[in-house]
Amino acid sequence: MATETLTLGKALNTGLRKALENDPKVVIMGEDVGKLGGVFRITDGLQKDFGDQRVIDTPLAESGIIGTAVGLAIRGFRPVCEIQFDGFVYPAYDQIVSQVAKMHYRSQGKVRIPMVIRIPYGGGIGAVEHHSESPEAYFAHTAGLKVVTCANPQDGYTMIQQAIASDDPIVFLEPKRRYWEKGPVELDGPLVDAYPLHSSRIARPGTDATVLAYGPMVRTALDAATAAAEDGRELEVIDLRSLSPLDLTAAYESVRRTGRCVVVHEAPGNLGLGSEIAARITEECFYSLESPVLRVTGFDTPYPAARVEEEYLPDLDRVLDAVDRTFGW
Amino acid sequence: MAKGDPGAAARSRRAAPRSKRAAAAGEPELVQLLTPEGERIESALGPDGTEYRVDFTDEEYRGLYRDLVLVRKLDAEATALQRQGELGLWASLLGQEAAQVGSGRALRPQDMAFPTYREHGVLYCRGIDPIMPLGLFRGVDQGGWDPNEFKFNMYTIVIGAQTLHATGYAMGVAMDGKTGGDDGEAVIAYFGDGATSQGDVNESFVWASVFNAPLVFFCQNNQYAISEPLERQTRVPLYRRAGGFGFPGVRVDGNDVLASYAVTRHALDNARHGQGPSLIEAYTYRMGAHTTSDDPTRYRIASEVEAWQAKDPIARMKAFLTKQQIVDESFFAEVDEQARAESVHLRERVLAMPDPEPVTMFDHVYPNGSPELDEQRTQFSKYLESFEGSAH
Repeated sequence: MATETLTLGKALNTGLRKALENDPKVVIMGEDVGKLGGVFRITDGLQKDFGDQRVIDTPLAESGIIGTAVGLAIRGFRPVCEIQFDGFVYPAYDQIVSQVAKMHYRSQGKVRIPMVIRIPYGGGIGAVEHHSESPEAYFAHTAGLKVVTCANPQDGYTMIQQAIASDDPIVFLEPKRRYWEKGPVELDGPLVDAYPLHSSRIARPGTDATVLAYGPMVRTALDAATAAAEDGRELEVIDLRSLSPLDLTAAYESVRRTGRCVVVHEAPGNLGLGSEIAARITEECFYSLESPVLRVTGFDTPYPAARVEEEYLPDLDRVLDAVDRTFGW
Repeated sequence: MAKGDPGAAARSRRAAPRSKRAAAAGEPELVQLLTPEGERIESALGPDGTEYRVDFTDEEYRGLYRDLVLVRKLDAEATALQRQGELGLWASLLGQEAAQVGSGRALRPQDMAFPTYREHGVLYCRGIDPIMPLGLFRGVDQGGWDPNEFKFNMYTIVIGAQTLHATGYAMGVAMDGKTGGDDGEAVIAYFGDGATSQGDVNESFVWASVFNAPLVFFCQNNQYAISEPLERQTRVPLYRRAGGFGFPGVRVDGNDVLASYAVTRHALDNARHGQGPSLIEAYTYRMGAHTTSDDPTRYRIASEVEAWQAKDPIARMKAFLTKQQIVDESFFAEVDEQARAESVHLRERVLAMPDPEPVTMFDHVYPNGSPELDEQRTQFSKYLESFEGSAH
């Protein structure tokens, strides 16, 4: 079994390459994905090796990317669309929500749109406006779409292949500030034996409080758990991985043990994933809870200017502060 | 109409042939092969000098007439069903039969069509049972046919969205290597004059052009987007928009089934041979309301409707068939009887459409299902069962 140390970006690139190799119907399309290899180089080298019919530089029109991908899917292709940045997905919102999400339903199961929409998302890279947003709730709210996000190189490599192999339309969120973080990646295991795509996973076991996170916040939550351990408090960190459908099985089990739960995400708190998760945990674990489920999130502002984003984004201290509050209730 | 290559059957006893350039004084520049009076024009030139002509057999002429009458009658039946409360809504094609039958019959079996929600005539020409879209308008389903089985996509209600789907599908045709010969595949995207203002339509023009997609953009300019006249969408004739995107455009008399057939067949054949996209503006008129929920008397005057009534697509075909002695009186009666019988049959089947079971709303949300939805379905089923045996 070949295990290599890869960055998340390289792991995604390797996973995309494998998907192109394994299925001639897979096509990658987006702005600058060809010669340039994408602005984050996630598709680096793929057009050179697979040609411009498989890795397609598109005109600068996001609705066009998704809308033509729908037609390609009806034709039998499996399009993997790259939206260059989170804040640029909105021109494609109508095609995603009204067309991609509903085709299978409207056709009573006769039309499948096996599309993956890759979106680098989230902040923390000092970008200008529209380059740091967390739009997951818009898509998780839409029936007919599935939404997943990876937090480490192994998941990046595996989950992108699983998403491409799935017949469901999937919004695949990539935590852009974690693209350069390295980790071990098992490259050879067959996809069918891999950990299921729409399942959460315990990232660090613990006994005193449960921290639920996904995407870029998993690293933050793990750092908080390390710091908490130094103070003698063991946090259980769960990487949710799938945002629609949500898999809260492990979370329920954990909260029933710990009695305390903190949900962390970068997106604004109001009607964010944390709200839904808190509601479900309250319904399922009501008699086990020692305190309300608390949320640590971005604020209900537009994503702020880069020089203050460190204050906007949940960090280790804000996570620990929330954990402390669950103990002080 | 009968299958076969109309070019192989030239007619010689037609009225004195004449040729006409597309522009006539005071009239929009359009390709016309049959005048409103039923006079046959031998050939017509498009703006780029393309010469358009058709050579149909008598049987094919009769077939086109039959199509026109049938789609109008079935459409009228659907309007009646809505008025009687049997359909929630209907979008009538009244007045646009020639544009739809002409373009629909120009499609070859391997070609793919992407309709709006008004292409009942094209649907009929594709050989699809006219009952199929009525589930959508009755509210018992949301469409539900397999586009690849019928080479006809599901109706699309979001204005212009389907033009991008057609473009992507056409890109796929080219990627599959299915262009370049007589057996090549072509794609047609239907939309209206209002849709030309949509971003998706303009994006599809860009995409189809730069990827040289085997695609025909077929715009039925019926002069109104609900209440808004053409002048609110454009200051240039719509077909001329194509030039800015780098492909040819032509305006055809959309009430002339022969010209609609000729320009569409030509554009489709160009596409299938790898010559890229083109735009057809079928100049026509929506004789009825936008949908059964609309009241056109609020935004247009009766004299305008009367002027278009004189250009009726069926009347001119009937006049032509009569003048040329291609049919006798019994033919018209026979077609009317067939239309009546088919509309009665359609009505009976609409009335027999069952309402879906409530829990079927959970079906087909995802190809691979969802545990969350499974749970909701289970809970909802239990809730419904709790009423069993009660007064509800």
